[in-house]
Amino acid sequence: MIEFHLDTGSGVSPYLQIVHQVRQALRLGLLSEGDQLPTVKEVVARLAINPNTVLKAYRELEHDELVAGRPGIGTFVTRTLSDAPMAQLGPLRHDLQRWLGKARLAGLDDESIEALFVDTFRASTEEGVA
Amino acid sequence: MTPAVETAGLGKRYGNRWALSDCTLSIPPARVVGLVGPNGAGKTTLLSLAVGLLSPTSGSINVLGAEPASTARQMSRVGFVAQDTPLYSNLSIADHLQLGAHLNPGWDNHLAQGRLERLDLDLGQPAGSLSGGQRAQVALTLAIAKHPELLILDEPVARLDPLARREFLQVLMETVAEEQVSVVLSSHLVADLERVCDYLVVLVASLVQVDGEIEKLRASHFRLTGPRRDPGSLPKNQRVIEASHTDRQTTLLVCTEEPILDPAWTVEPIRLEDLVLAYMRQAREARTAPLLRQS
Repeated sequence: MIEFHLDTGSGVSPYLQIVHQVRQALRLGLLSEGDQLPTVKEVVARLAINPNTVLKAYRELEHDELVAGRPGIGTFVTRTLSDAPMAQLGPLRHDLQRWLGKARLAGLDDESIEALFVDTFRASTEEGVA
Repeated sequence: MTPAVETAGLGKRYGNRWALSDCTLSIPPARVVGLVGPNGAGKTTLLSLAVGLLSPTSGSINVLGAEPASTARQMSRVGFVAQDTPLYSNLSIADHLQLGAHLNPGWDNHLAQGRLERLDLDLGQPAGSLSGGQRAQVALTLAIAKHPELLILDEPVARLDPLARREFLQVLMETVAEEQVSVVLSSHLVADLERVCDYLVVLVASLVQVDGEIEKLRASHFRLTGPRRDPGSLPKNQRVIEASHTDRQTTLLVCTEEPILDPAWTVEPIRLEDLVLAYMRQAREARTAPLLRQS
């Protein structure tokens, strides 16, 4: 079982935060097939949020076929997201570490590295869309 | 579906001061609706009219399709928690429950006692000795135990400490999850409303500035930053709510249903609080300088 948390200052809508947290847990292997998500009532009681927010998040996860609701019982994970084998992640992480090393050598501080990464990432996603 | 609250040209005057004037709005049912606005916008007056504590000077108001407090049945359909959650300080909590049972045909004493026991409250305790948080919880319990179709709360958490506030909202949201109850809640605390509400009404000087599903408001409002330019040059489908400029930069808050394609802008989502503030400021400026708006 996982617990959700809510960052109301982030500007990200609460239902999306729940969706992201489930996806993140699936990716990191914290949740795997057959695991139950907290019930709507549990989430509502813990976070003091609107039940419809939780329902909306669970519906979206259902739509993505990551979870399935069993009426009267709860919502269960049907698939994991940690599909990419570690063998693939390793070399990518290595490349990124090398790149980070180069960026630091070039005199960039952490903030500049992050800004450069986010900016490049955004630009390449936008190219992908266009 | 019948609106939870519907008004037309509603007004309330005290002497020669209008606390609410020509207010026309429709609040949908089966929602948790947040009502926000600056002090003096008429929120408390509106909610007091909705529960029949006040009667209108002009216009009309219907609650769940009927005149407020017109019949005993109508009164039992609406639960109310007033500002500062007043209780009878000399009466014990048990006395309050008894009073509730006498006054409300649909009273659920089992539910009321269950809730109060969970809060570790001694039912023999006089209400005057309760903390603010406890008093709010008791007032909420009294409003819930009559199984209302609509729960109206006027700034219920304004004076509570953060922990008591969170606990109050937890109980409120559990109730929404368990029962088919519509909620209208006024508050200045937009961060709280963001958690618990799915619909928002911003009221400034008796006028609705914005109302809609919070998710939709969120998905249609953005902050744009980019090189300085005239907001008038924006595409027609982008409505500017607020604009500010420095010598080289322009920051806009726009409302649009369409994607923003201009690559010169950095587009960011906007926090609900900033959205509410922008609409409140826009309303204030429109009132103080009406001529500027006609262009």
